[in-house]
Amino acid sequence: MRPVRFALLAALVALPALAAAQAPSASPTLTADDARHLLVRTGFAALPAEIAKFEGLSRAEAVKRILAGARAEAVTPPPAWTREVRDLRPPGRAASPEERRAWQRQRVEEGLELVGWWYREMIATPSPLTERMTLFWHNHFTSAFRKVRAPVLLYRQNATLRQHALGSFAKLVHAMAADPAMIVYLDSLQNRRGFPNENFARELLELFTLGEGQGYTEADIKEAARAFTGWSLERETASYRFRPFLHDGGEKTFMGRTGRFNGTDVIDIVLQQPRVADYIAEKAWREFVSEKPDPAATGRIAGRFRASGYDIKVLLGELLLAPQFWAPENRGRLVRSPVELIVGTLRQFDLPQPDDRILALLGRALGQEPFNPPNVKGWPGGTAWINANTLLVRQQLLRRLTAGEIPAAGRQTAEGEMEAEAPSMTPEERTRRQRALERRMARRLDGADLDAWYAKLDRRWQTPERVTALLVAVKPVNPPRPDSDPARFVRDLVLDPAFQLK
Amino acid sequence: MRRREFLLAGSAAAAFALRSPQALAQARAAGWRADRTLVLVELAGGNDGLNTVVPYADPAYQRLRPAIAIKREAIVQLDEKLGLHPSLAALGEAWKAGELAIVQGVGYDNPNRSHFRSIDIWDTASGSNRLLTEGWVSRVIGASRRQAERLADAVVLGGGAGPVGGAGLRAVSMPDPQRFLRQAEGMKAADAHPANPALAHLLKVQHEIQDTARELRGVLARAPDVRGEFPPGPLGQQLRVAARLIAAKAVVPVVKVALGGFDTHANQPGPHANLLRQLGDGLAAFRKAVTGAGRWGDVLVMTYSEFGRRAAQNGSNGTDHGTAAPHFVLGARAKGGLHGPAPDLADLANGDVRHAIDYRRLYATAAQTWWGFARTGAFDGHAPLPILKA
Repeated sequence: MRPVRFALLAALVALPALAAAQAPSASPTLTADDARHLLVRTGFAALPAEIAKFEGLSRAEAVKRILAGARAEAVTPPPAWTREVRDLRPPGRAASPEERRAWQRQRVEEGLELVGWWYREMIATPSPLTERMTLFWHNHFTSAFRKVRAPVLLYRQNATLRQHALGSFAKLVHAMAADPAMIVYLDSLQNRRGFPNENFARELLELFTLGEGQGYTEADIKEAARAFTGWSLERETASYRFRPFLHDGGEKTFMGRTGRFNGTDVIDIVLQQPRVADYIAEKAWREFVSEKPDPAATGRIAGRFRASGYDIKVLLGELLLAPQFWAPENRGRLVRSPVELIVGTLRQFDLPQPDDRILALLGRALGQEPFNPPNVKGWPGGTAWINANTLLVRQQLLRRLTAGEIPAAGRQTAEGEMEAEAPSMTPEERTRRQRALERRMARRLDGADLDAWYAKLDRRWQTPERVTALLVAVKPVNPPRPDSDPARFVRDLVLDPAFQLK
Repeated sequence: MRRREFLLAGSAAAAFALRSPQALAQARAAGWRADRTLVLVELAGGNDGLNTVVPYADPAYQRLRPAIAIKREAIVQLDEKLGLHPSLAALGEAWKAGELAIVQGVGYDNPNRSHFRSIDIWDTASGSNRLLTEGWVSRVIGASRRQAERLADAVVLGGGAGPVGGAGLRAVSMPDPQRFLRQAEGMKAADAHPANPALAHLLKVQHEIQDTARELRGVLARAPDVRGEFPPGPLGQQLRVAARLIAAKAVVPVVKVALGGFDTHANQPGPHANLLRQLGDGLAAFRKAVTGAGRWGDVLVMTYSEFGRRAAQNGSNGTDHGTAAPHFVLGARAKGGLHGPAPDLADLANGDVRHAIDYRRLYATAAQTWWGFARTGAFDGHAPLPILKA
């Protein structure tokens, strides 16, 4: 027996070396770990059944499959009010204080419902990449509830972002310039002939297409603002409207060209700048590959993206097939955003979705409220997600989610602990809310029954090594003891700092 | 120093006390006065400056605010033209002691009237057309090396992290210190120093939480509570915790507290009086408590708010978003008195008091005069104000 065993051992040792030797020439096929990496980086979590579908595919096949499955619409039906024609005007002078309050409250309720709806979609979608890209563009073409105040506009913007999420970036820019939520958010309503408001024009160049200080001047911003005058909306129907009498039809000089440009012309001129593709490719690299873009690689990818006429699928395909995406030294080196952590954990352990208020409060406590980015630059992301406060809340959330179901006796609705959101949050409210969140999490947030979860796992994941490889991207900082019971083992993994990474 | 040592010798927590003067001395040797605490008081919502420091003798004041002007006889007179809102009477003692500096006409060019944008501007010390993401304090002290025995770079007791936000600073938000300790206890220690930068960052933050928790336990043990009548309400509570930390000789360069509700668009007089009472009574109690602990000389209090309010009242007995406003700087080292020109109601800009002093000069005062940093580029060339004693 002895020699046989030895031979087997030798073969086992030789195998990885062989695979490594072959890697440069043959297209490598995906191992379970590779599949996990691809799924987590392009979605929220990797479930064993999904991993099984990608294992053994070549990288090109796997990436093709993910891109081919991309959707342009949500599978979760949106709240009914999103289909109504909405009047954005607040109740008139005749309205009573109660009517005004009711109107305010309705907006707040709808806002909460909208957040809950998007979470439901992120959890249910067969195309997590679509939602990740919708979130990516939401963080690029930002608009926030605190300024826009009309949930219906934010819903429509979200639908537009999703429609173009993996479509054409050029179309997306044009759509955003005429997007009602954006028009409110960046003051296009105030941009009128003779009284230009530069807010949208500035961000179009600085944040949306070229990057701060890259190839435009203050004069270009002023001229672009003139070109966008009259891009407005009709409050009665909450829809885009061009108002010719507010538009400055005069001659403008923009990026070295002169003409009677309107906003569409300005965008077309901007999109001819080669820098645009580089800027977007670098940002997407930071989202999907690593915090430090590799200029040679992003330059090449940007070239393809440009040549494709801004096809976002081309951009993503190039990024996901870049050797750097797969490189071991880049794995587990990105921080999961709050939304990724929440959705990923719920998906991974098949947990019921918490109520909309918990999600809204959690978003605030963790530093990422969907539909409410902090400012026009969006969430800085990366390691900035983690500070002393957010890390404590992350740990608290994960402890709760791995603490098992709440016994019926402890389940009660804490009445009056949460009221509708006031127009501007005071510091006291913030404190009160943090406490309300903790109380709610303690009473209302079901945790996973980890024993049952583990028992249902496919047999091949039921070892300490494999379940570790399933749940974390890097070696745990405090590896759980292999002899602990499965539920304890899994819980320790989830509470390990490694679980925060992807 | 003597007085402090004397007090400490009598304290029950002598073991901790031995360490803290060393920590303070160590902090003093850091090249800047990390042993000095700046207490930032955020008046969230936009405080009405004209009803805080009232130009009661100006006939235009009554004319602009027929229904909400403060009655002349109720005003706490500062001089023949200006006086404090009656709710701020408790600050009279500090005023008489020459420890209350009132800086008038604080604002900035091209003011923004959105709460969110304008507080961003104040928090980050940016010009109104520039978008910065890191808090101004973080930009000033973020680069300086942290001392081992500092509780934290900043403790946020109320409101958002704002001025101390950003990656460079160890800012801890703990509305309730006990709760913070409970949460921190759940974390496992980790001594790894991974090459993975994201993991290294996570572990660094985790260490900071644990360090702060350790320091905080000591601090709470040596100053179980402070004496003094703090007013009921959130600001009073926060100032009590602040006083307790400072009395325990915690090394913490910034403590932030906040009071909200200053967005007084309608029926302003009652609520505004109530807010100012919390502010005045709270600061007076804080001054007394910190003085009693022998640390008043190490503390500077500074108020700020996203904007002032319009000079004229609106149609609902309130005031709308305005621009410039006065702010308070309080401390044993503050040069008591009025600084900057009084508001000129005959020369308004678009219905607003003109700003005379850029708000960044207050920050430059804290950074350079108070903490002793060399000139920094953080304030776009805005120089300190001569409002502190040498």
